[in-house]
Amino acid sequence: MEKFTRLTSVAAALPQENVDTDQIIPARFLKTIRRTGLGKHLFAGQRYDAEGNENPDFVLNKPAYRKAGILITLDNLGCGSSREHAPWALLDFGIRCVIAPSFADIFYNNCFKNGILPIRLPREQCLALMDDASHGENARLTVDLEKQEIHRPDGEVISFEMDPFRRQVLLEGLDDVAQTLKNHEQAIRAFEARPSRAWVPSTKQAGRPQSVIGGGGEQV
Amino acid sequence: MQNPVTPRTLYDKIWDDHVVKTLEDGTSLLYIDRHLLHEVTSPQAFESLRAAGRPVRRPDATMAVADHNVPTSDRSQPVEDPQSRLQIETLEANVKAFGVPYFPLRSRQQGIVHVVGPEQGVSLPGMTIVCGDSHTSTHGAFGSLAFGIGTSEVEHVLATQTLLQKRSKNMRVRVEGDVAPGVTAKDIMLSIIGRIGTAGGTGHVIEFAGSAIRKLDMAGRMTLCNMSIEAGARAGMVAPDETTFSYVRGRPFAPQGEAFEQAVAYWKTLATDEGAHFDEEVVLDAAEISPSVTWGTSPEDVLPITGTVPRPEDFADPAKAERIRRTLAYMGLEAGQKIAGTPVDVVFIGSCTNSRIEDLRAAAAVLKGRKVAEGVRAMVVPGSGLVRYAAEEEGLDRIFRDAGFEWREAGCSMCLGMNPDKLSAGQRSASTSNRNFEGRQGPDGRTHLCSPTMAAAAAVMGVLCDARDLLEPELAEGAA
Repeated sequence: MEKFTRLTSVAAALPQENVDTDQIIPARFLKTIRRTGLGKHLFAGQRYDAEGNENPDFVLNKPAYRKAGILITLDNLGCGSSREHAPWALLDFGIRCVIAPSFADIFYNNCFKNGILPIRLPREQCLALMDDASHGENARLTVDLEKQEIHRPDGEVISFEMDPFRRQVLLEGLDDVAQTLKNHEQAIRAFEARPSRAWVPSTKQAGRPQSVIGGGGEQV
Repeated sequence: MQNPVTPRTLYDKIWDDHVVKTLEDGTSLLYIDRHLLHEVTSPQAFESLRAAGRPVRRPDATMAVADHNVPTSDRSQPVEDPQSRLQIETLEANVKAFGVPYFPLRSRQQGIVHVVGPEQGVSLPGMTIVCGDSHTSTHGAFGSLAFGIGTSEVEHVLATQTLLQKRSKNMRVRVEGDVAPGVTAKDIMLSIIGRIGTAGGTGHVIEFAGSAIRKLDMAGRMTLCNMSIEAGARAGMVAPDETTFSYVRGRPFAPQGEAFEQAVAYWKTLATDEGAHFDEEVVLDAAEISPSVTWGTSPEDVLPITGTVPRPEDFADPAKAERIRRTLAYMGLEAGQKIAGTPVDVVFIGSCTNSRIEDLRAAAAVLKGRKVAEGVRAMVVPGSGLVRYAAEEEGLDRIFRDAGFEWREAGCSMCLGMNPDKLSAGQRSASTSNRNFEGRQGPDGRTHLCSPTMAAAAAVMGVLCDARDLLEPELAEGAA
């Protein structure tokens, strides 16, 4: 995973609430076994018309925002499906930082796993940054994860909160799986050996053949 | 570690029983009992595993089935779409290479992963259950902690059988009293989401409680927990009780005999203790819940079927008014119009929310002796091959076919518009699925979420309508 330390970029504003993962990448583009190449389908429903032509009014199609590295929206960004194709599509387009007043849990997690920094800011600050973003190339934002600061074009600095563990993972671009195996293998083995775990059956072999389908309760 | 005398919630107990280790900053390494895999969110995880030369740590805690992208038409033919076929073949190659149990596409056990897991007894009370799909919350109906994860986390679980997690907050939604005849679990859940909003549960695990929830069968509880994610919650749960145990008993992968009794003894300890702390609590009166339908493009846009579509001018917040305006335009609805009477083009009965045998029975109760309205395309996609088979044994397929429904093979189908089952631009559906997002069921498609009973009624009348008008009094009493 690529590190995230400091980013200076044009920001694109999408002033909508509940920007869901079906909008970020519609399901018809999930028929891939790769992580890459999804950038062209980012926001496909809004970005292209039925014939596949670009909608000139959509922010990411405007010349100033074609290289946006930051996306700003309103509340509950990334709600809906758990598809990691959403951050993959953002990343493939070139977006490394997403800013919103609030995020859906799974999407928020998925961002960190892909080197994308999700920042929660109060709505007023998001609106102020959207105003900056409206100036396109003339108003680049700088996001500094080390200092947990956003530098506005007029020099104003906005601080943001960040979980220290997640911050470290992003700053160093750490591989979660390798870290867990390295640091916790003993603890996992000890957990698996607990006598209280004995009831958990195996999925390898059915204990008996199927006899019932629905049920459990009286209203059947 | 919790002090043992502190009253704990169902969620607290399952969490505590699965913490491998708590790190300095409060993040916990959580052990995962069940990992369910499907073809769309797993290939990249297996690819990384292979690149790193890592095995699947616990194939015996894992189960795979293809569902999202499978055709629901003729299964005797090869999968036509080359990309879909590649995803399914990739899953088949991966489960073979890594030794993961798998229900093949042509087996009777194949179906939607969230229908198959419970049906097979793979998903059990007291477990931690994950899957690369947000509707994994479904399995919480058994009193398990079940939630959706992204593909990177799928890889993490495959390699380590654990996840790094922060504890969520506790929220309880109590629904007390009796629902009126013709009101189903779907209506209860849509009403809850309408009340708390799509971000109402963010950062929380919801426990559903109260007398109306206790009376629900497992299918109803699964419908409820399934849509917890639509309320923004990490997971939804219902404490296990006799209804749960009688469902689980005898399932192929459940503990058998003495082991089952021992498991039940443990499961009975999981219910929330008297006096346990909830960060949020919401109470609904079951009697006030009506058959419900969504009007907009967010699951919180819920109306009773007797209701009217909102007017932008009724909202002081300009951003909210603008969203309503935009939504009305997308949905092709007029501000202030009655939702009942809106013509539908397609009726879809299926999805991990409502494709179980109980759901098909509820729809068939409306359809018996009736016909689908002219010009309406209606389809039933059973949740699994076993549901399909059971429905055929009961003769439900005849009721559906005679009414003019397509009777299809199991899969996710039109819920997400990945396979050929899609809405075309401007088409309007009454759908028993879980999301009405823009383009969810096909580009520019318009989705109205509702119960199987309501979807069946819409099919017959050709418009969104109050299903109670079509139900015989005795049938209304029994609608699940």
